[in-house]
Amino acid sequence: MRITQGCFSFLPDLTDEQISKQVQYCLANGWAVNIEFTDDPHPRNNFWEMWGLPMFDLRDAAGVLMELTECRKVYGDRYIRLSAFDSSHGWESVRLSFIVNRPKEEPGFRLERHEVEGRNIRYTTKSYAVDRPEGQRYGGS
Amino acid sequence: MVDSAGDALPATQVDLRREFDEVGIGEVLDQLDRELIGLKPVKTRIREIASLLLIERIRKRMDLASGNPTLHMSFTGNPGTGKTTVALRIASILHKLGFVRRGQVVSVTRDELVGQYIGHTAPKTKEILKKAMGGVLFIDEAYYLHRPDNERDYGQEAIEILLQVMESQREDLVVILAGYGDRMDKFFGSNPGFRSRIAHHIDFPDYADDELLAISELMLGDMNYKFSADARAAFVRYIALRKTQPLFSNARSIRNALDRMRLRQANRLVADLDRILSVDDIMSLEASDVLASRVFSNGSGG
Repeated sequence: MRITQGCFSFLPDLTDEQISKQVQYCLANGWAVNIEFTDDPHPRNNFWEMWGLPMFDLRDAAGVLMELTECRKVYGDRYIRLSAFDSSHGWESVRLSFIVNRPKEEPGFRLERHEVEGRNIRYTTKSYAVDRPEGQRYGGS
Repeated sequence: MVDSAGDALPATQVDLRREFDEVGIGEVLDQLDRELIGLKPVKTRIREIASLLLIERIRKRMDLASGNPTLHMSFTGNPGTGKTTVALRIASILHKLGFVRRGQVVSVTRDELVGQYIGHTAPKTKEILKKAMGGVLFIDEAYYLHRPDNERDYGQEAIEILLQVMESQREDLVVILAGYGDRMDKFFGSNPGFRSRIAHHIDFPDYADDELLAISELMLGDMNYKFSADARAAFVRYIALRKTQPLFSNARSIRNALDRMRLRQANRLVADLDRILSVDDIMSLEASDVLASRVFSNGSGG
């Protein structure tokens, strides 16, 4: 099941050229672009791991693409997303985030029904991949 | 579809004059001539590079692609010969011609590239490189990156990362190394990789006396000062004397001298409070402001 999170996720995967243009848009707005990766793509998992530090003071997307290439080399079997942080007063939050890399196979989520008092049911979504330990979830080493 | 196909056809004829005017490069070169005194070989080389880039641009339009030319440069010359100033100009020329996308100059020295401990250098160097992407990375006193006496020095790591990016991301970044002539030669001698990756080695000559005078008048003009006739004559003597003394660093020494003269002029004006000053009084430096310099009393001067 293809995961749809953040911007552009219902579109076909962005090419590097398209990514570069989006990053340039972020930089032109003065946002700092970050690279994050994870192998636990649950929609409620806000805490992806960062690849290096947030990249402040960049002028050109080539710098971000350079880091992205490095990150793909190491974590090419995981989800990688770019997020753009707006530090201006009043915003101070992420303005844009989109997935730039995903595993070849995405097993998706299962829905668990938890039967509680009476005939009530509580629902939980669980990623199949997360059943395996971290680092081995998407066929990684 | 028909329209886009028409656009995609390579141009067969190009009006060179119009192309030249369009990129506004004539303006930049004229400004270079006007604001930079002397430096004949430097200007010639910049003109050559600019022409090449212009032709390359046209060739691209005619579908005669030959790959971007290597634009990494090294500036060698004595202190105060205008290496940094020219680097800033180069960036704007390259930007006008579309060979760097943003045209910013990131100016660094060893401190900003080389780390303090193991594992610190690579992220530091990469961060600077990322900031310089799309523009010009200017490394002043580049020979400090290499410390031949210490083989475990982290400078070597920074050099390796630089070389790699200079090669693989030539279209994203232009690197300019600068430093004093003899030490740069030694630096290139011990890092042959650098020498071969740099296409343009530009040597900045020392200024002649009359060029230094012209520079000083240009600087004064920018600061809204001027020499009186006597002061100019005195300053000509000052330049001749100062050049023979140690630690002379061309235009930088001139700027320092001018700053000290402004101090003396201010002091002279304040010494006599009971008078009405005209704009002319405030603007002009007198001979006494020049002659009070230690250079004339065979002191070491600064």
